[in-house]
Amino acid sequence: MAERGITGGVTTPRQHDSAHKHVSGSAIYIDDMPEPKALLHAYIAMSPVAHGRLKALDLEAVRAAAGVEGVLTAADIPGKNSVGPVRDDDPLFARNALEYVGQPVFAVLATSLEAARRAAKLAKWDIDEQDAVITVDDALAAGDAMHLEPVQHMGRGDAGAAIKTAKNTLENHIRIGGQDHFYLEGQIALAVPGEDGDIVVHSSTQHPSEVQHLVAGVLNIPDSFVTVEVRRMGGGFGGKETQPAIMASVAALGAAITGHPVKVRLDRDDDMHMTGKRHDFVITSRVGFDESGVISGYRAHLASRCGRSMDLSAAINDRALFHSDNCYYLDAVKFESARLKTHTVSNTAFRGFGGPQGMVMIERVMDHIAFALEQDPLDVRLANLYGAPGRDMTPYGMRVEDNVAGDIMRQLAETSDYRARRAAIRDWNAASPVIKRGIALTPVKFGISFTTTHLNQAGALVHIYTDGSIHLNHGGTEMGQGLFVKVAQVVAEEFQVDIDRVKITATNTGKVPNTSATAASSGSDLNGMAARAAARTIKARLTDFAADSFDCAPGDVSFQRGEVRAGNHVLTFDELVKRAYLARVSLSANGFYKTPDIHYDRATHTGRPFYYFAYGAAVSEVAIDTLTGENKVLAVDILHDVGRSLNPAIDKGQIEGGFVQGMGWLTTEELVFDDKGALKTHAPSTYKIPAASDRPAHFNIVLFENENHMPTIHRSKAVGEPPFMLAISVLSALTDAVASVGEYTVFPKLNAPATPEAVLTAVEDIKARGRA
Amino acid sequence: MDGETATIRFLLNGEPHSAAGINPHTTLLAYLRYTLGLTGSKEGCGEGDCGACTVVLGDLQDGRIHYRAVNACILLVATLHGKEVITVEGVRSTDGGLHACQQAMVDCHGSQCGFCTPGFVMSLYAMHRMGAATDRDSINDTLAGNLCRCTGYGPIVEAAQTMGALTGGDALAETEAERTALLASLQDEKLLTLEHQNPLTGHHCRFYAPATLDDVRMLAANHPGATFLAGSTDVGLWITKQDRELDVIIYLGRVQALNTIDDRGDHWQIGAMVTYSDAHSLLGAAYTDFGEMIRRIGSVQIRNAGTIGGNIANGSPIGDSMPLLIALGATLVLDGMSGERRMLLEDYFLDYGKQDRDPGEFVQSLCVPKPQAGQIFRAYKLSKRFDQDISAVCGAFSLMMDGDMVASARIAFGGMAATPKRATAAEAALKGHPLDENSVTAAQAALAEDFAPISDMRASAGYRLKAAQNLIEKLRYEVDGKTATRLVGPMHRLEVTHG
Repeated sequence: MAERGITGGVTTPRQHDSAHKHVSGSAIYIDDMPEPKALLHAYIAMSPVAHGRLKALDLEAVRAAAGVEGVLTAADIPGKNSVGPVRDDDPLFARNALEYVGQPVFAVLATSLEAARRAAKLAKWDIDEQDAVITVDDALAAGDAMHLEPVQHMGRGDAGAAIKTAKNTLENHIRIGGQDHFYLEGQIALAVPGEDGDIVVHSSTQHPSEVQHLVAGVLNIPDSFVTVEVRRMGGGFGGKETQPAIMASVAALGAAITGHPVKVRLDRDDDMHMTGKRHDFVITSRVGFDESGVISGYRAHLASRCGRSMDLSAAINDRALFHSDNCYYLDAVKFESARLKTHTVSNTAFRGFGGPQGMVMIERVMDHIAFALEQDPLDVRLANLYGAPGRDMTPYGMRVEDNVAGDIMRQLAETSDYRARRAAIRDWNAASPVIKRGIALTPVKFGISFTTTHLNQAGALVHIYTDGSIHLNHGGTEMGQGLFVKVAQVVAEEFQVDIDRVKITATNTGKVPNTSATAASSGSDLNGMAARAAARTIKARLTDFAADSFDCAPGDVSFQRGEVRAGNHVLTFDELVKRAYLARVSLSANGFYKTPDIHYDRATHTGRPFYYFAYGAAVSEVAIDTLTGENKVLAVDILHDVGRSLNPAIDKGQIEGGFVQGMGWLTTEELVFDDKGALKTHAPSTYKIPAASDRPAHFNIVLFENENHMPTIHRSKAVGEPPFMLAISVLSALTDAVASVGEYTVFPKLNAPATPEAVLTAVEDIKARGRA
Repeated sequence: MDGETATIRFLLNGEPHSAAGINPHTTLLAYLRYTLGLTGSKEGCGEGDCGACTVVLGDLQDGRIHYRAVNACILLVATLHGKEVITVEGVRSTDGGLHACQQAMVDCHGSQCGFCTPGFVMSLYAMHRMGAATDRDSINDTLAGNLCRCTGYGPIVEAAQTMGALTGGDALAETEAERTALLASLQDEKLLTLEHQNPLTGHHCRFYAPATLDDVRMLAANHPGATFLAGSTDVGLWITKQDRELDVIIYLGRVQALNTIDDRGDHWQIGAMVTYSDAHSLLGAAYTDFGEMIRRIGSVQIRNAGTIGGNIANGSPIGDSMPLLIALGATLVLDGMSGERRMLLEDYFLDYGKQDRDPGEFVQSLCVPKPQAGQIFRAYKLSKRFDQDISAVCGAFSLMMDGDMVASARIAFGGMAATPKRATAAEAALKGHPLDENSVTAAQAALAEDFAPISDMRASAGYRLKAAQNLIEKLRYEVDGKTATRLVGPMHRLEVTHG
């Protein structure tokens, strides 16, 4: 911004702060740190069965193996054998009950990772294997014992009656697969013991404070003895919100017991077996609607595979309910949600946090209604949007006050030429027996805030040194999303100095305590505000000092372009800082922020859980091969609302990355568990995230002109998760393509992910039903 | 010849490097990261699938250094003698700043978490050095072996498109003449031998890197249980994923006689050490679908290391080139002390994990027939992802047509049985008939006699059979030629409706 004069202020497309280091290989991840003296490596040995009783575990040969310095089991834990974030139902090491293939049972400490891994194989297991509950269907059939909490209900009115009296009704059933995070940097922790029982843990975590607390619990020491630090992660996506506590606790336990530093670095396959993933869902619904497609009654039953423990499943499944409406007003509505225990890895946070799964069903319903009425699905979607008072209340009792979904959809339909292309595709399909195309426009409305209200708080710490250079620290973590550069932009803007005067530093529980996870898309909303608060505290002191020094009113002091103007005096920022120091003005401050106006009653599932909503819409065009089920996304247009963008380059990166990740979830990424509960797709050779050529050849992303109506940091909006759900347009477009096989007379039953096999199955099903 | 342990000498980022007393099982990535402290190259998977460990390997070819991207995580240090290794730490411009491929990544916002970035930079660097094409398909292909979970690839593709316009030079290019001479001085035909005892396990391993065919025959005879090593795209995983320790390794990569393609009139004879990359243009020009199959068999990094001989020798039921080679009637040449032995490729695969290779024999070459008049050749690969995936089903069809009539047919499938296998019943159903709905229906029914596939993580048995049957119908559509049948590859005809 030339007229503003500083480089790297807010709204500028500033590069990621580590970009130079990323491309030159000099950005340091935990495994790149110089290894401390006498380091031991830990290998975590995992349960080979999904469900069983460990009758005996003979570790003699393990202990005797070359290079081995020790073995850790549940019996070695001085504190709580628990790494559960909410409930104490996640033991660090299984004691007797084995509950998933991949569950940590013991760890070997050795002088090399190779020694530890080889030794672990020498354990003699005596297991009484028991029947395992693997799938959602298994768990539903097993009854109450397999519910992690009672079935949750959300809704209003008499949905059953509304559906019964509606002119039209439809039923839907869909299976939605899970997803592995596939962060490129696997889970890792390095624990270094200090004096007095202190321990420093370098953890690749989105949630340093939780790692600190859980490590302290395992070691039976106060939280204050534990310092957790993370400079950056090689990707997180939710997979490093609760899961890193396992690695950190094993490393810390090993360090506490041996007095040596201990590193735990998971191999990719072990990581995929051991750590949680996105929940897979089975959702059924019933909808009642009128002749124009407007919904009068809606019921949905959501059942999810939570895995062996609670982890964050309660909040994740709640968020699935919060987003089962997406952008649509549902007059009489009832959601039921079953949170099912299975003998598989405990599923966990993943970008969207349940929201995507809830949204998939209502978008399927929109497609189905349009199909039944022979309308364009876009018109059905527009007809059902939230609207004026009377049609502006969500099923959980929050008023939708910032609705721009319709504006975005209409603008996107125009710019993407959606309607003409839809017609052209139908003509093309009529003359193409093998390849069929489809197109769809779907919107997103995503609630921003942790629905667990107390988590909506953040802290920051800012120092200015006597040379005018600025040290910035806050509770948010950097996993690639560009949080650090955004917050630095906020601070540079506040002091009106170039961004390279602002030193970005590693997240550290010793600097900013009691932080929330960097999650729920909240990173820049919360930490940006906290950092600004800290900066403003110092700025106010400097302002008062300048006003005193130069004998003017504080209102006559302003910061601009690296300079400070006080009345008629102008001096550099650095000079003012130096003078302030000599005059004994404190140049350090912390900042704190809590999101106002939000509240939520989980007992009734009502309240205002979100500070605001983020919106967007996408048009996807796809093609399928009706003989093989292969499919390809050809073109995507996105219009997305990030409010007033703090950094348009970073935000577009989040939008594109989120979309492609969502596209992978709904197409190529398939988690296959065998009937013994073992994950068969546990490496990139078998688990297929999108590659470069999967990116659509035409891919157009535009930021919607908007300003957050709530006073967020510079009126921006959160961007981490919402774009992920734009990819639901791909599933709808694939459904449209499959429907063409039956000349649009039979509605497809297409499950997710839409692998070639899933698409061919849906195609064959249409052919069979068409004949019937 | 036993007893003496060689030092592996190679160039590392422009400087001569000697690795003494190396464990033959040591991967380049482990050596870089944990022995040398060069931590720019990352481990994302340890199986050559994510590309975070990508480095550039230089080989002396006809007096010039030829650069190619490879996966360091499954490349063994012992195989590097006489080669050049360039890691991200060695890439820079002539003034010591960022190289164009790095600067373009910064300018285009090509990194987010940054963990995959050094690997992308090295793929781009190889592309830059070799002056590769910058159309979208070529860039996508160059990057197919580098996974990024953050960006969605757009900014990286843009960097690939724009880096050519950036100046700054290449620091390594300035010393190319000296380095070429250094590499030349490391080339010889002496048998290279490593002996190593793993202090941890006590396991004793002998590693041989012969440079002549005579030495290979002698070593093969003396060590009948030896593991033959080519590009280590399979053996590398035995080490990184299974902790296997091999008693005797015979590395064939230095044998020039195994690395040639000879025109023999009606066929090409392709040496066992010819990589997929080196065979790509020849086979792709002869058979369009063979070219596309090679492109999809694995990433650039894998094709740069993996050899056709190695793919045959390991006997995988899902080696993608096998069905194509079988359908084309390729002949395998085995070699050993008792001379050459030839057989049709399909006769080599006896059962799952079992091949017709005697102890002491090794795969020497492969004879691939040239296209003939009246021949129709099509091949299809079905997988969850188009690039860098393993087939659920791979089918290949070679039809000799007599007018509209199928005079003879050779059809082979991978992923449908314990070995790559011909579909003899389906072939018979087509032979002597025009390729029409009747013969296709008969051949589809016959395919169910040919194969009883299994279900696994790639696809169910039902899908495999149905899709394989449908491929015969697809073949009919393609011979007919009236309609679009492909979503990807050079034969696809699909324009986006978008204006």
